[in-house]
Amino acid sequence: MIISVIRTALIGLRRDRAALALSFILPISFFTIFAVIFGGQHDSTPKIKVILVDEDQSRASLDLVRGLEREDSLVIQTRPSSKSKTAAPPPEYTATTAEAAVKAGDAPVALVIPKGFGANPISFGEKSGAPAIQLLNDSSDQIAPQMVAGLLQKVGMTALSPAMAEEGMKYTEKYLGQFTPEQRQRMESNLDWLRQHQKESATSGNATASGGPIAVQSRAVVGQNKRSPMISFYAAAIGVMFLLFTASGSAGALLDEAESGTLDRVLSSRVTMTTLLIGKLTYNTLLAFMQLTVMFLWAWAVFKLDFFTHIPGFLVMGLCTAFAVAAFGMLLASICRTRAQLGALSTLLILTMSAIGGSMFPRFLMPEAMQKAGLFTINAWAIDGFTKVFWRDLPVQQLWPQVCVLLAIGIVLFVVARRIARRWEFA
Amino acid sequence: MSLHSTPDPASHSSSSLLESIPLAVDSLVKRFGPVTAVDGISLELRGGECLGLLGPNGAGKSTLIRGIVGRVIPDAGRVAVFGSPADSLEARAALGWVPQELALYPRLTCRENLAAFGRYHGLSGGKLKESVAWCLDWAALADRAGELAKNLSGGMKRRLNMAAGIIHRPRVVLMDEPTVGVDPQSRNRIFEMIEALRAEGAALIYTTHYMEEAERLCDRVAIIDHGRIIAEGAHEELVRSAFASRSQVLARLAGPPAELDAWVERHAGRHVDGAAEFTIEHSTLIAGLLDDAARSGLELVDVTIRRPNLESVFLHLTGRELRD
Repeated sequence: MIISVIRTALIGLRRDRAALALSFILPISFFTIFAVIFGGQHDSTPKIKVILVDEDQSRASLDLVRGLEREDSLVIQTRPSSKSKTAAPPPEYTATTAEAAVKAGDAPVALVIPKGFGANPISFGEKSGAPAIQLLNDSSDQIAPQMVAGLLQKVGMTALSPAMAEEGMKYTEKYLGQFTPEQRQRMESNLDWLRQHQKESATSGNATASGGPIAVQSRAVVGQNKRSPMISFYAAAIGVMFLLFTASGSAGALLDEAESGTLDRVLSSRVTMTTLLIGKLTYNTLLAFMQLTVMFLWAWAVFKLDFFTHIPGFLVMGLCTAFAVAAFGMLLASICRTRAQLGALSTLLILTMSAIGGSMFPRFLMPEAMQKAGLFTINAWAIDGFTKVFWRDLPVQQLWPQVCVLLAIGIVLFVVARRIARRWEFA
Repeated sequence: MSLHSTPDPASHSSSSLLESIPLAVDSLVKRFGPVTAVDGISLELRGGECLGLLGPNGAGKSTLIRGIVGRVIPDAGRVAVFGSPADSLEARAALGWVPQELALYPRLTCRENLAAFGRYHGLSGGKLKESVAWCLDWAALADRAGELAKNLSGGMKRRLNMAAGIIHRPRVVLMDEPTVGVDPQSRNRIFEMIEALRAEGAALIYTTHYMEEAERLCDRVAIIDHGRIIAEGAHEELVRSAFASRSQVLARLAGPPAELDAWVERHAGRHVDGAAEFTIEHSTLIAGLLDDAARSGLELVDVTIRRPNLESVFLHLTGRELRD
């Protein structure tokens, strides 16, 4: 009897391709995605982009810059990327342009080495009077500034050992009395050796730590006044993922209508397939937009999101996202033959898109290749757009890349859906 | 008559004639892969007439109807509704289709369903309201107007399905087995609705595999088998042409099965639902038939004599029963 039950269930599973897909393909896809993001793929560990401004140009500051450039986990940029290979390189960052770049989301961290840093590069305590390095960060990324601050200290210990020794001499003279000329000469000769050793270590890549902290003053230039960091990110990230589910479910009504014969009856009236699909697309867009609105209003009411100061940006991003998502749902519904197929395919695609596109965890945590793959998802563009609006407080005009991509995605998906829907028109 | 008119002196009168014919189907062919569902069917529906399409399941009735409403694209042939091609706006306005499936929105009320389909046909405002009220009345659903379609009984759903097909008050109505799965009481209600519709002047095509329905409702019947019309005419004409003045005897007898089979075979009869059926030239011949049964040791349980019906005609023409 039990074997009969198992046999019947197995036959059912074999014939239900949707259930088969969900049972096997989905777990494998997710395992792969998470393994790539969090697994031991050290070669593709995400690198932190750091904008560096050296206002001091002293020996110590140049040593520090070189030390930072040698760090594998950092990508140091002293000037914006050139737009074309033939054009003249753009001017180097200044403290002001670096801050603007962090605000615009070009990099999560900027370091500004102030004038006079080289005179007292090593600070023993706050009263040393040494000008501190400015660390400007975007507080939506909690990890990058801490990593950069830690690496800065490490580089200080490995790249500035002569400066530290020199600083130690100054303190000795200050508190224990002047060195004799003979002592000073020996000290200078040792310092020369240390500098030479530093150079050799740099070329061989075997920098040794010799100890000594660097004064760093951190300042969040984005999100410093936000009451609830990351709320806007999660409202958009989670919102888009569920919008995709709702849109595909809602578009599935088309399959119900086809199955019940209602679609045939509608198409035998004055309504054409194009009119019907446009009507359904509009409805699904409005439904998705309403969902987003409710989600953000909830974030405003419960998590103090600054919703009402960002209405224009929300309208633009909300409508474009809703349109793209609705068209995605229409495409899935037109591809699938049954509700069961739609359920399986939409779960597979939406969870994959959401994982890669940043709905489950921020894309800046992902390896670079994964971040690039995310650009093929609606989630990534929508989240980027909402982040610009609610996190970076950028004006609506700055949303054009996201708006263009989302609208283009929506139009292309709808045109393909319309083409596939011909199967319902002509038997 | 042919629908392919050529420009000749008579073309004007020919096209006027065509425009006065509610529905003309000419050599319609529809194939699904190797299967020919409709195999060169031609028919004409006259004003105010009810034409029955009678045939077993799979005969091609529904495909023919779907071809007329433009829901399947024929491989050959032509359909004209008052002279307009089937896919034209004029044809869509003139045609009403009641599909075999319950093509309704289950989560909408009766009134909302009718209003939705009315709007799809271009109705609005007072005209839509008036039409919805008329249809609710016609389908005897006025007191259930606010009920969700999914909560209606099977018979009510069927009636709502019919009402949704005529919401735009078409002049030609195609009904595809509208009584499938309904109880006898609801069936009678549906017959009354169809008669009321005919009284309004609509021309109807009614597909069924129940010969009683065709006999009761239709002025003419086209018998379809394997995608072809194998006979067409008024009910009496069809019977007369197949059986002339012959009658059918249905006898139920008890006795040894071998003797029973031999007796049926001797008189060129056949077994139907536990009874023996014979066709006889005159009713006087029944005595000889029963005498022979008695001589064979068979005991008569009951005997009926009847005029052949459409089912008999179908059997006579195809060698199969309508419900095979």
